[in-house]
Amino acid sequence: MADLRIDGLRKAFGGQVILRDVSLAVSSGELVAILGASGSGKTTLLRLICGFERADAGTIAIDGRIVSGPGVHLPAERRQVGYVAQEGALFPHLSVADNITFGLPRRLRRARHRVEELLALVGLPAGFADRPPQALSGGEQQRVALARALAPAPKLVLLDEPFSALDAALRIETREAVAAALSGSGATALLVTHDQGEALSMGHEVAVLRDGALVQVADPVTLYRRPGDPELARFVGEAVLLPGRAAAGRVTCVLGELPLAAPVAPGAVEVLVRPEQIRLGHDAAGRRARVTDVTFYGHDASVRLLLLGAEPQTLIARVAGHVSPPPGTEVAVSVEGEVVAFPAAEAPIG
Amino acid sequence: MAEAAALPAGPARLAVRPRPPAALLGAAAIGPVLVLLPLGFTLLEAARVPPGRAVALLFRPLVGELLLNTVGLVLATTATAALIGTAAAWLVERTALPARGAWAVLAAMPLAIPPFVSSYAWISLSPALQDFVGAWIVVTCSYYPLVYLPVAASLRGMDPTLEETGRSLGQGPWRCFFRIVLPQLRPALLGGMLLVALNVLVEFGAFSLLRFRTFTTALYVEYRTGFNGGEAALIAVVLLLLCLACLGLELRIRGGASYARIGRGTRRRAGRHPLGWATLPVLAGFAGLVAATCGVPLGMIVYWLTRHGTAAISPVEVSAGLLLQATFASVWLGLAGAATTVALALPLGFLTARYRGRFVTLLERAAFLAQGVPGIVVALALIAMTIRALHPLYQTAALLIAAYAIVFLPLALVSVRAALVQAQRGLEEAGRSLGLGWVAVAWRVVLPVAGPGVGAAAALVFVSIVTELTATLLLAPIGTQTLATQVWADTSTLAFAAAAPYAALMAVLSLLSTWLLARRFAVAAL
Repeated sequence: MADLRIDGLRKAFGGQVILRDVSLAVSSGELVAILGASGSGKTTLLRLICGFERADAGTIAIDGRIVSGPGVHLPAERRQVGYVAQEGALFPHLSVADNITFGLPRRLRRARHRVEELLALVGLPAGFADRPPQALSGGEQQRVALARALAPAPKLVLLDEPFSALDAALRIETREAVAAALSGSGATALLVTHDQGEALSMGHEVAVLRDGALVQVADPVTLYRRPGDPELARFVGEAVLLPGRAAAGRVTCVLGELPLAAPVAPGAVEVLVRPEQIRLGHDAAGRRARVTDVTFYGHDASVRLLLLGAEPQTLIARVAGHVSPPPGTEVAVSVEGEVVAFPAAEAPIG
Repeated sequence: MAEAAALPAGPARLAVRPRPPAALLGAAAIGPVLVLLPLGFTLLEAARVPPGRAVALLFRPLVGELLLNTVGLVLATTATAALIGTAAAWLVERTALPARGAWAVLAAMPLAIPPFVSSYAWISLSPALQDFVGAWIVVTCSYYPLVYLPVAASLRGMDPTLEETGRSLGQGPWRCFFRIVLPQLRPALLGGMLLVALNVLVEFGAFSLLRFRTFTTALYVEYRTGFNGGEAALIAVVLLLLCLACLGLELRIRGGASYARIGRGTRRRAGRHPLGWATLPVLAGFAGLVAATCGVPLGMIVYWLTRHGTAAISPVEVSAGLLLQATFASVWLGLAGAATTVALALPLGFLTARYRGRFVTLLERAAFLAQGVPGIVVALALIAMTIRALHPLYQTAALLIAAYAIVFLPLALVSVRAALVQAQRGLEEAGRSLGLGWVAVAWRVVLPVAGPGVGAAAALVFVSIVTELTATLLLAPIGTQTLATQVWADTSTLAFAAAAPYAALMAVLSLLSTWLLARRFAVAAL
């Protein structure tokens, strides 16, 4: 397995810029999730690395070798980059075993080289080898597609929204099987997704792509707890953003004086509180709020609150399902843990 | 399709298996019975020949020669059509070919030019182009679109991700073509090739004009020279067996291996391979193909149009009155035949679109059997049957129209059924639930949805009848000349200039209707 280095990658289609100066480094054996909304350019990035499209500028190096750069464009078949398409793209005319061995030399194809081993790696029984792809469920197809991509021992595996076509239950199961197979094979992998939960739970690192530019590359915890800007905060999870003032490592807002996770310049700020940080209690301490609406999910519930006081403010809290209060209740609101503050966008200086 | 979503699922729906009304069954059965009549009659005739005589008749040098000619031509044509059709389809669909939209239309155009008109053009170009080579060129030029069209459609429908995945697995473009694209083209390619084979087997006019002897021309000779029923029936049965074998294989391929896309979701257009230095040779190849398939027939018609009627090998004056008469007869027969055929296809199409069951399948198969029954066999059987049992019908337009209905029933049935399938039961039920009676539902729901498809079926049958020669030649009432029979008669006597106006009118009619149909249904790869 190998590392991947991308430097200043640019791509435009018919005058419309899709990728602007994207730089990313992925170390060997790591799984990086590329998170972006649709139209952010994430699939284009993947297709450039695969070699299906040509970059306008910038370089892509795999294992220290430049595969795409000024005057260099190694064709897809010589890059040794495994590719798992959105819906698997299994060859409909070949059996599962023939699909898996497709990229191997003829001698190894005949010998059905590593078919059982790869099926086991992706968590499928050996008996699947002779089935036609049409007889598999969507999740099974994706696993076979991964086994096929891993069979020629590629330097890098790219997965293009591999779970988006699956229904919820199958998605989680397939996700786990794929994550296990990837770490079992020690592959360096890039996973493109628009699903925040998928990116956070699967990626060792998450790179967020917005309007063709990488806005933050960080491990999932850092990305979620300390996002780079308010928009990013909302993109990677639910967010409550409140106006406040920062001073000396603490911030004051309608929820009181709260500790900051990272220092920020003193003055007007926007405070990020995650809904699950907001605690509801019945004691006298804390701000009073009335429950206006509850969306109940079972394991947890999203509670909409109206903060009572001089300046009415709505909040969203996420609480465990078994303690979700009925609408109309009056509760005490407190914040658990540290919060993040961003310099207020239109705050007057001073 | 949307059916699953539009209809309530559940056990209640499974339990109800509606039985078709008897009137519908009766109306639907007329077409298939008409198809089975000449077929059964021919088989009975052949069976009545004493076994010893049958063996002697079948194992003659003549039959051997016919078999060799026919099978040889079928193999040669099928192979060249497959090669040209697949290459043209791949170049149009998958490469950065300049003006590919125009080539896509031109590559399909030969289907609108009847082969006997092409053969008229080729022999009037050079009388040396007779026999095997001439027949090979003419039918390849006429029928390669039968491979081109399904292969192009298959290429267009193929998921480009498959090829990209192949590339990511270390396979170059050529290997991807042979290991991924070609295997998936197989159903379309083989199906097209069998259609070519079937069309060559039943072709009569072109071979007759080119003086190339096949089973169909031998049958015609038998008919002209005394018509020994048993002998003709035996040759007809050999031809029938060849045709039905092709038809059976074709149905098996179409039914069996449809490599439907796995999964759904949005589809990207496939990338186009740059042609680079090959651009000019490829363009020259396309130009040559179009020159041979469309240029020669149309060019020769125009050439002879500008000559005086007496300029050809046999001088014949063109009479404006006869031209008008023949046009009128062609159009009239075309309209009547199209109406009759679609009228027979409608109840059958409705039955097969809405009901399942052994009897329904049987009727459908019987109707499609007509694809494997050559027009000349139908015509000869109808002649013999009417002479013996229904003499008043002999030499009437009604009999000719019945022959058209038999020969073109499968063609009409395919379009009619496709149109009726679109007007799903769910739509009707929605109309009923909104308070419409069945007449209102038929008028406001079924007709608007299925109408264009039914109209297309009628138009297709019309074009086919106008350009049909075999049945028309044998069954047209005495004194009735059509455009097709006039081209045939004048070309047979080498009066090329005299044939030109008829051929021109027929080509214009056919090209115009095909163009309208293609535009309406966007058949071309535009």
